[in-house]
Amino acid sequence: MKATFKIRRGDREHGEMVDYSTEISEGMVVLDAVLQIQSEQAGDLACRWNCKAGKCGSCSAEINGMPKLMCMTRLNTLPVDEPITIEPMRAFPIEKDLVTDVSWNFEVKKKIKPFKPRPPDAPDGTWRVMQEDIDRVQEFRKCIECFLCQDVCHVLRDHEKQAEFIGPRFLVYVAALEMNPLDTEDRIADLRNEFGIGFCNITKCCTKVCPESITITDNAIIPLKERVVDEFYDPVKRLVKLFRKK
Amino acid sequence: MTEFTTFEHDVLVIGAGGAGLRAAIEASAAGVSVGLICKSLLGKAHTVMAEGGMAAAMANVDDRDNWKVHFSDTMRGGQYVNNWRMAELHAKEAPDRVRELEAWGAVFDRTKDGKILQRNFGGHKYPRLAHVGDRTGLEMIRTLQDHGIHQGIEVYMEVTVVTLLKDGDRVIGALAYEREHGRFRIFKAKAVILATGGVGRAYKITSNSWEGTGDGHALAYRAGAELIDMEFIQFHPTGMVWPPSVRGILVTEGVRGEGGILKNSEGKRFMFDDIPPLYKDQTADNPEEGWLYTQGDKNARRPPELLTRDHVARCIMREVKAGRGSPHGGVYLDIAWIKEKLPNAEEHIKKKLPSMYHQFKQLADLDITTTPMEVGPTTHYIMGGVRVNADTQMSTVPGLFAAGECAAGINGANRLGGNSLSDLLVFGKRAGEHAAIFAKENSSGTVDDAEVDQAVTNALAPFEREGGENPFALQHELQDTMQDLVGIVRTESEMQQALEEVEKLKERSEHVHVPGNVDFNPAWHTALDLSNLLTVSEAITRAAIERKESRGGQYREDFPAKDAEFGKINIAIRKTDDGSMQVSRVPIPEMPAELKQIIEEMG
Repeated sequence: MKATFKIRRGDREHGEMVDYSTEISEGMVVLDAVLQIQSEQAGDLACRWNCKAGKCGSCSAEINGMPKLMCMTRLNTLPVDEPITIEPMRAFPIEKDLVTDVSWNFEVKKKIKPFKPRPPDAPDGTWRVMQEDIDRVQEFRKCIECFLCQDVCHVLRDHEKQAEFIGPRFLVYVAALEMNPLDTEDRIADLRNEFGIGFCNITKCCTKVCPESITITDNAIIPLKERVVDEFYDPVKRLVKLFRKK
Repeated sequence: MTEFTTFEHDVLVIGAGGAGLRAAIEASAAGVSVGLICKSLLGKAHTVMAEGGMAAAMANVDDRDNWKVHFSDTMRGGQYVNNWRMAELHAKEAPDRVRELEAWGAVFDRTKDGKILQRNFGGHKYPRLAHVGDRTGLEMIRTLQDHGIHQGIEVYMEVTVVTLLKDGDRVIGALAYEREHGRFRIFKAKAVILATGGVGRAYKITSNSWEGTGDGHALAYRAGAELIDMEFIQFHPTGMVWPPSVRGILVTEGVRGEGGILKNSEGKRFMFDDIPPLYKDQTADNPEEGWLYTQGDKNARRPPELLTRDHVARCIMREVKAGRGSPHGGVYLDIAWIKEKLPNAEEHIKKKLPSMYHQFKQLADLDITTTPMEVGPTTHYIMGGVRVNADTQMSTVPGLFAAGECAAGINGANRLGGNSLSDLLVFGKRAGEHAAIFAKENSSGTVDDAEVDQAVTNALAPFEREGGENPFALQHELQDTMQDLVGIVRTESEMQQALEEVEKLKERSEHVHVPGNVDFNPAWHTALDLSNLLTVSEAITRAAIERKESRGGQYREDFPAKDAEFGKINIAIRKTDDGSMQVSRVPIPEMPAELKQIIEEMG
C-alpha cells in the first residue's frame, strides 16, 4: 500500500510542501517513511534522527500539526488515506527541511547554576538518599531533550519570549536540581528575575506533548512557582527581609 | 590553496558520548584547552541507548563483591584474550568513576539503606550494575553533559571528521565538515582522542543509530594505527524482531536480570539445555534457583538466561534454526510470568523496566506485563578497535588516543553487559588525562595544505559526478553482505565471498553520486561514511578469517571449538605502505602472577 507524505522542503527563507508517495507496511513509524523517501527519492532531504527508539529526542517534528517524535509515531495511528503532513518544529528557526536551529536551548542551559552537592555523608565520599526522596527528581531526569515542550509553549511559539523565558524544558531542569535532596544551590531568585517563570500561565500544553509523560506543569512548574511566591511574596518573609537589610 | 576556518586546541576529542565527554572533562581539568566534536547534537550520542547499568564492584548490594571478582568475571567473559591490564584498571577504578558521577548530579536508584542500588547482569557474579531504571545511559550522558558545559570545553555540534592530519609520525589535528552548510574546518591539536563508538551500521540488523559507521576505527587505521580484535562483534541476544521497522532495537538484558526467561515455541526454557563448562559451577540447574538469584538470594546461582551474550545469542539462533522459533524468527522473552511470584508484578515491571514497557507498547502494540516479547540477536557492539596502551590509551601512533567502544582490549572476545558504561568512564578519564600530558609535552604540528586540499577534493567528488550510484543503496548492499556472510555463524568460504563483495563495493563507492548541495545533505554524509564502513567491514572479515577457532563473539562453523593456541594471541590489522590491509598475530603478554592467582582463586 502506498501513502502520501507532504514534507516541508527548503531553507530558512524559502520553503514549500512537497508530496512524496512511498510504500508503507505493518508497524512502520513516520521516521521509517521519511528515511525511505530519503534513500529512494530525495537524498538531500534533511532530518535529524539517532536512536529510533524514543530515547535520544532528535527526530521532533510536527506531524499533521501535532508536535511528536517521528520515531514513535506509528502510521496506523494516522489517517494514511489522506496525505500526512510533516513539518519542522515551528518555535525554532529552520535550518533546512525538517531540521531546526535548536542552539538557543543549549545556551539557556548554561545560564542555570549547576548541581552543587552537600558534603558527602560517608567517609568514602558517598551520600545516603532514600528512594522515595528522589522519585520526583528521577521523573524529571527522564527528559530526552526533544524540545517538543518548548515547541508547543505559546510563550515561545507565539509570543517569542526566548530572551525572557527559559521554557518548560528548563523549568523541569531547574526543578530536578531544586528538588534534588543533595543540592545546596539556590535558583529561586533566578527563576523570578531571569528565567521568567511568571510568563507560564499553566495551559499544560507542554505536559500534553511530552513523549516521556513527564507531568511538567503539575510536578515541576507549579511547585517552582510556589517556591517563588514563598520567597518573594510571603508577607512574613518580606518583613523579615526588610529588618535584615537594616 | 583554499583557506579554511581553523580552530586550535591542545586536545581535540572526536565523539561526545560517554567516553568523549569524560575525556574532555578530564583534559579540561588538567588546564589545557579542549575542543569536543559531536557528530550529532550534544547529548544525543549512542550512549543514551544504554539501558541496564554500569558495572562497578562497589559491594552495595552484596558485600562479597570486590575488584578482584569483577576482574575475574571480565576476563572469563572475554575468554582470556582481553588486555589484562585494562581489565585490572577497569575493575579497580570503576567504583570511583560511578561515585564521581553521583557527585556531578547523577541520580541513581537506591538500596533500602540509601546507597546506590546495583543489579544482576549476565556474567557478573554479584549484583554489580549501578542503574537508573532502564535508562542508565541517558542518566550518564546527561550528567556528563550538564557538568561538562561548565568546564570551559569548546563544543562543536553536528561536525563530522573526514580525516586525521599528520605531521611526520604524529597526529596533529583533523579535517572536518559542519553539517548545516557543509563547510570544511581544520582542527589543529597537540593530541587527538578518538571516542567515536561502534560499527553497527555495517550490519542490517543492529541496535546502532546512523552514526555507528566505524569512523574512529577507520580514521585511526588510515592514520597508520593498529586495530585489534576486529573479529569480535557482539550480537546482543535480545533485539526486537517485530514489526519489521523496529527489528534490531535493543531489549535490555535488565529484563532477564529482573527475572525474565527465554522460551521457545514449545514453551521450553531452552537455556537450561546448554550450559558451557566454564560456567557450569556458577549457573543454576533449576528454574526456582534461577528465580531466587534474580531476587537477591545470595545462596542461589544465576539462571542460564544470564550467561554471556555470545552464548545466549547462539542458543537463540539454534532454536530458530531448529524450527522452534517464534512466528517472526525469534524466541520468546517472558517477564510477565513473574506475576506467579510477585503480588504487584505489573507495577514492579513498569517501575523496573519503564522504557521497555513504553517501547513495546508504542512500537509493537504489546504489553510486556501480560505478554511475552519476541526477541532475536542484533548487532550491538564491537569488542575490537584501536590498539591502545592500557594505562594511557595512546594508540600506536603518537598523539592519537582512543577510548570507549572504538578502542580495544578490555573486553577480549566478548563484553559483559554493564562493562561498557564503566569502560567509557574509566578509560575516557585516562585518555583525557594522558592526552593533556602529551599536549603539554609537545608543540603543535604543521598542517600539510596539499593533504587538506586533496581530502576536500575527494570529499566533494560525489557532487561532481553525473548519474553515479545511490550511496544509500550501496550502504544497504554492504549491510546485507555483512549480515549474511560475516554474522553470528561464520565460515571461511562465505567470508572469502564477503571480501570479494566488499572489494566490488569499494570500487562502486568511487562512483557514487549525490543530489543537491552541501547544505545538510544526508546522501552526502552517507557517501562519506561509506568509506569508513567499507574499511571496518574488510577489517572485521579479514580478522575473522585469520582466527580459525570459535571464541566469544566469533563463532566459526568450520572451526567450532576453542583452540588454546589462539588463546595466546590477538589479531592485529594495519595499513601497509602500498595501501593494502595487513593481518598479523600478536602474542598476548604474559599475565603477572598475582593476576593469575586471582583468576585461579575465583574459580
